[in-house]
Formats: sequence, C-alpha cells, structure tokens
Amino acid sequence: MSKSLLEVRDLDVVFGAGRHRQHAVEGLSYTLGKGETLAIVGESGSGKSVSSLALLGLLPRAARIERGTAHFDGEDLLALPEEPLRRLRGDRLTMIFQEPMTSLNPVLTIGRQLTEGLVEHRGMSEAAAEARAGEMIELVGLGDPARRLAQYPHELSGGMRQRVMIAMAMASEPDILIADEPTTALDVTVQAQILDLMRDLKARFKTSIILITHDMGVVAEMADRVVVMHRGRKVEEGSVGEIFARPRQAYTRDLLAAVPRLGAYAGTAAPRTVVDSPAEVDRRAPVLRARGLRKRFGGRSWFGRGDAGVLALDDVALELHPGETLALVGESGSGKSTAGRAVLRLLDVDAGEIEVDGIAIRELGRAGLRRARRQMQMIFQDPFASLNPRLTVGALVAEPMLIHGIARGRELADRIEGLFHRVGLESDHIRRYPHEFSGGQRQRVAIARALGVGPKVIVADEPTSALDVSVQAQVLELLLELQQSLGLAYLFISHDMAVVEEMSHRVAVMQQGRIVETGPRPVVLNDPRHVYTRALLAAVPIADPTRRRGVLPRLDTAAMPRGPLTEIAPGHLVAAGAEAA
Amino acid sequence: MASAAEPVHAAAGTPASRSFLGALLRTPSGAVGLVVVAVLVLAAVLAGVIAPYDPLRMAAGPRLAPPSWAHWFGTDDFGRDVFSRIVYGARLTLQIGVIAVGISLTSGLLLGLVAGYASGWTERVLMRLVDVLFSFTEIVIALACLAILGIGLTNAMIAIGIASIPFYARITHSVVLVERNKPYFEAAVAGGAGHLRLIFRHLLPNVVPTLIVVGTLGVSTAVLAAAGLSFLGLGAQPPQPEWGFMLSSSRDLISRAPWMMIFPGVAIAITVLGFNLLGDGVREVLDPRQRQR
Repeated sequence: MSKSLLEVRDLDVVFGAGRHRQHAVEGLSYTLGKGETLAIVGESGSGKSVSSLALLGLLPRAARIERGTAHFDGEDLLALPEEPLRRLRGDRLTMIFQEPMTSLNPVLTIGRQLTEGLVEHRGMSEAAAEARAGEMIELVGLGDPARRLAQYPHELSGGMRQRVMIAMAMASEPDILIADEPTTALDVTVQAQILDLMRDLKARFKTSIILITHDMGVVAEMADRVVVMHRGRKVEEGSVGEIFARPRQAYTRDLLAAVPRLGAYAGTAAPRTVVDSPAEVDRRAPVLRARGLRKRFGGRSWFGRGDAGVLALDDVALELHPGETLALVGESGSGKSTAGRAVLRLLDVDAGEIEVDGIAIRELGRAGLRRARRQMQMIFQDPFASLNPRLTVGALVAEPMLIHGIARGRELADRIEGLFHRVGLESDHIRRYPHEFSGGQRQRVAIARALGVGPKVIVADEPTSALDVSVQAQVLELLLELQQSLGLAYLFISHDMAVVEEMSHRVAVMQQGRIVETGPRPVVLNDPRHVYTRALLAAVPIADPTRRRGVLPRLDTAAMPRGPLTEIAPGHLVAAGAEAA
Repeated sequence: MASAAEPVHAAAGTPASRSFLGALLRTPSGAVGLVVVAVLVLAAVLAGVIAPYDPLRMAAGPRLAPPSWAHWFGTDDFGRDVFSRIVYGARLTLQIGVIAVGISLTSGLLLGLVAGYASGWTERVLMRLVDVLFSFTEIVIALACLAILGIGLTNAMIAIGIASIPFYARITHSVVLVERNKPYFEAAVAGGAGHLRLIFRHLLPNVVPTLIVVGTLGVSTAVLAAAGLSFLGLGAQPPQPEWGFMLSSSRDLISRAPWMMIFPGVAIAITVLGFNLLGDGVREVLDPRQRQR
C-alpha cells in the first residue's frame, strides 16, 4: 500500500476512575493506508469499537483517552478541539453503525438526513445537495431517488436503511469510513449484498475503511489487513492472507478454530459426535408432531377496520424424534421463532394440531398444559434478558422443579448443585445473581434451568447468536453432549448455516411463514433444490480469504415457488414448482 | 467484567441492601435528600425533647412576639411557640406522607399489576376506570372524598391517597407491560409458572424499584396537597400544629406577624425539596440503565 493515511500510536482509553479504573484499550498502534480496508476483529469487550469511537471524539462520557496520538493529514485527531473535529466528522471521516433500525432519525425524511451533512460541511445549496443525494441513492442501489428522498426511515427495511446509512457516509467522498459491525444486524442474504456494495463503493471512491467486526467470514471477504484485539490489546497484526493461513498467536488460532465453517461436516449424516456412545435417534415414534399450523398477527384493531395482518405461520408441519435435532432456518420474519413458540403453546395458533409425546397440546386446559410443560422446555436467544435479574441463578434453576413438584428441601438443593456441575458451573455460583455472569455462563444457567424437569423436547431459539464465537463453540458442545448422553430432541432455531450443519440431523427452511424445503441435513445443505435455500447458502460468508463467494443469485421473493411440499426423494420435501435445475 | 467485584454482597444474602445506602450517599441529590429527610424524622421522633414548649400551650409567651432567643420562630396570635409547633408538625407531615403514599401506592400497584398481567377485558375495564379517575384533577377527587368522609386530617390523608391511585396504577401498568414482554417472563411461562408466581415472584420485584422512586417523589406531592387542604380548612383542625393549617391561620396577620407565615412555608418547601432530592437519588441508584455497567 502507499503511504499511510492514518497513524494511531500507543492509544490508551480508560473507563472509570480510582478503584473502578479499567483499561478498555491499552497501547494500541496501527496504520491505515490509502484505499486500504483494515479489519479490527475481536470479541465483546476487546475494545475494538471504543478504539474507533475515540478517533471521532464520540467516546461515551465515562471513557477518557489517557495517552496516544492519531495522525491524520498532519493533525492529531486525539488532540484536536471539538470544533475542528466536528468539521472533519461526517465529511472526511464518516461512520456507519451496527443497528440500521435506530441509527436513522425516525422523524426526518431520508432526503433531509442525506443532505444535512453536505449542506453543513460542503456549503452546498439545498438543490445541489439534493441532486447529490439522489445520485447516492442510485449508487447504493435503491433506485427511484425522488420517492426515496421523501420517505421516512420506517418505510424502509433494515437492509434498505443500511444502504441509506452507507449513502450518507459516502456522499462526501470521505477519506476514511469507519464501519462498526455494519452487517451484524442484517440477514445473510442482505449482508452479502451490503458487503458487495461497500466493496464496490470503496473501489470507486478510493476510500479507506476501518471495519470493526467479530465475524471472521466478513473479515475474510472484505479486509486487506487485520488487527486482532483481545482485552484492549493488539494481539496480532498482518495481511488477511497471513492471519488466516499462518496465525502466529495462540489467541488468533483459537479464534479461527472456533469459527464454525460451512462444509466442515458435509460428509456425515449425524451432528458432530462428542461422547463415546451417543444415543441414537429413535425413529419409532415422534416425540413432537405438528401439522397445519397457521397463525396470523394483527389484522384486527379495537376500533374496527384494520388490515389483513401478517401470516406468520402458513400450513407448517414439523416432526421430531427422540435424540434428533431438527434445525429451523430462515431469515428474520420467516416465522421460525413463531413456530418454536407455537409448539410450546407460548402463543396460541389459529389452526393446526400439535402433539408432544402423544398428547394433543392444543386441547389441554391450564392444569394439563402445566403438566405437559415438563416434557418441553425452551432456551432463549438472549441470556441477558431471559433470566430474571432479581432472582439468584439458583432460584431460577430451582423454579421449574418447584412448579412441577419434582423436589424440595435438601433433595432440591442437591439436584441444583448436580445441574450446575452438569452444565459446567460451580457450586458457589448458585447464590449469585445473573448480572454477575458472562453471556456464556448465563446461557449455561438457562440450559440447567431447562434440564431440571427432565424434558424430552427442548426448543432452542438462536441459543448462541448473542454469544462470542469461542463461547458459542463451548455452548454448542454442551448442547451436543447433553443430547447424545440424554437422548434429548432439539428444535434448533437458527439463521447460521454453519452452526446448523454442525448441530442438526434434519433441516427445515422457512420463508415468509411457510416451510419451502425440508429433509435430511446433508441432502438439503449439499444439494438444495429450492431457490431460497440456494440463496441462503450462497450468501454465507466464507472464513477463508483465498475463496471468493460466487455471484449472488437474484432473489425475487414474489415469484418464488411456495406451493405445497412434494417429496422428491425419501424424506426430502420441496415446495411445488421449485424444481428448476 | 463485573464478576470480580460483585460476589461480595451477593454472598451476604440480602442483595445490594448494604451498598444501596452507600450508593445513595454517593449521589449528591441523594445525600442531601437523605439528610433533610433524616432531620425531619429525627424532629418527629424527638419532638418532645427538641421543642422547648408544648405546641398547644397558649400564652407560652407574649402574643405575636417576633423571633427572639426565647421564641426562635416567634409566637402566634394565641401566644403559642411557632418553633415548637413546627417541630411537632413534622410528625403530622410524615404521617401524611407515609399514609397517603401507602394507600395510593399499594392500591395502584395491585391495580396496575392485575391489569397489566391479565390483558384482555380485565385490563380494558380496569384501565378505562383509571382513565376516568385520571381525567379529574387530584384535588377535585380529594375534595369529593372529603365531602363523603367528612373533614379532618386523617380523612384528608385518605382522600389524598385515593386521589393519586390512578397515577400509580398507570405507572405500574406501563412498567408491567414492558416487563411481561421480556424474555425472562416468557421463560417463566415456559417453565409452567402459574398466575401468582408470575405476578408476585417475577413481575413484582421488577416493578418495585420504579415505584420506590415514584413513591418517594410522591411523598412531597402528598405533603403539598395536605397543606393545601388544611389551608382550605378541610384537613387539620385547630389546634393541630399542621404546617398548611398554620399558614392559613396566619393569613390575616401577614403584615403584623410575617414569621407566622414564613417558617411553616419554609418547612413545607424544605420537606418537599428533601423528598424530591431523595427521589432523584433513589432513581439514580435504582435505574437499571445505571446498573448495567
């Protein structure tokens, strides 16, 4: 690369003071060349975001820069007073944030937000700024600029909003674009499009990008050079090829090893085996069977009228055998979580039959349902929200056992201790509160809570998507181990194809409330027959910089076959009309 | 991150109770508020020791004497010592605050919890009822209650309590709506928990911190409302040393004996300020956003 554009030296960022003083970033140095993409990777708490916010003077109030310089165009950004920094910010240094749903102001039109910076920094006239904004709208692939500029953020989807954010960030042709987890909140197919767009714009404008991410797949696809951070320090730095092919530090190696890779288990029909003699899938009778599930949200308002609502489940059928994992995959809004909640009767469906262990769940009264809930438990996505913050984790694990009258007193205490050890926690954790635990530990608590009543079915709704990769690997390992030694059946809801491949026996792909393809996992993932399944698989970023993802198939959701499922091979069902190739 | 520092108070069994006071004292508003309220409580408890005279004793000194060494805050038109009356008045003021807020808080809490938890028709009926009450000014409801119950300080406390039930019900309801949509609530349902367990073990502890804050702030409103009712002659009756009543009885003498008006007024103002600051401090400590880090 040519000479460096930005040079960060010995950056220290500190939170709190006195006893609570804590280094968020310690002695960080790196350089960014012109037209280069530098990825800063690390897990949560590594200081990757804080170090970049410091450059723009956007640190939270509790944080302080203690030391360091950041030379950009002959000036030290860190020493710059607020006013000159403000002039650079949004003009020569721009930023896109993780959450497109909240980083646009909901009460201003897109046009207003796009032109603001241009008028402010470039002194453009309103008309000129508007023309430029229209140009950018075209460039980021939104089309119909006149209409877009008049729209409000809530009229756009998440992916479209992120395009608007990118248009805002690129409109002034900045020298440096800081992208903080720009695709983490997006679905994979949308993520792939956004990454393509960023690459494209970078080449066009010769912008340098600082890409902050935890996703090794995104790094492999986008970065020229990589800085790996861990606990505020730089662990390793190198070109993307070096980092992936020959990581020098143990931490980097562990990080890379923990990334689930699609294709790693392509050859085996069962999930990864982690115990000596795993429980076999019992094919005689399903432990969970659902047919014809239908659920419509909204549609009726209290003062009459209302619209048609959203069909979240449309003729969904599932079957799950003891010891088996059925993965329910799809993008946000596909109805996969609704399906998971419906089989537990956490929400009531409009039509359909659900049987758990031979009992028709929908016909049960309160008491019967309560008894039936012994057989089925749930693990939630966000372990930070799914544990009541006001109860000790011991009380939380005890609760289902108390409710179902399984144990009390001494026996209960023993069981709790046993469960804690079973999921890899210690006895002295029992009396603590959820906020004292890390995300992975909290998810272990949630698993212990679900296991206590000896369920046959566990619905796991994105159980690891809120966790760091290294922690994700441990939690997945625990789930596999529990299934293989206890013969549990999992309904595993996920959007991550690589995780699905590692975990499941069978897969059902959902799209807008319907299952469009289902079958044995190796068949569906290796030989997908539905266009939507193919698009999902093609969009998965590959954590290998030497392999380039192919061109994305154009997805036309309206024309997608969504007919009744037909069997094309034993156990492999595809929505009718999908057979293209 | 936090796990290294925090197990200490968790092991003590009572979560955060010890550190709560410490944290409260570390916030400036909480510390000042706590001191003011502590002084008020001390005055109320030790009124017999602090007050130099019997608050009801007439002709404790000359009538309408200005502040002096013998009578710090002067005397009123019956020759009663104003300072002693204010010290004893702290008892009434605290009673008003505790009883009025106690009534409105518990009823509002139950109403809001049940309405927010039940949803459907129960919720609609309960909350529309609350809305109807809400559409009247609190003082109007209090006046209506007094018309039914009859005048007097105890009835005034009850009336103020009833009048602010809708306020607490609304707040509880909105907090419950937020909490019951959190995954931990769904997790409890999935675990098979019944109505009572869901309401009292899962929702209640998560609603209470908000209501403690609102309740602390509510004490000052109640004190002010009681003073207002007493001023109108509907609350405290002669010769009770209630601050609002003292204000109203000094009305005709404002030019001749301004101390009769100034000191009760200042007492009310400081009390209200104290509880407001305390409420702010408690909010700062209990606010879940502050506790995240």
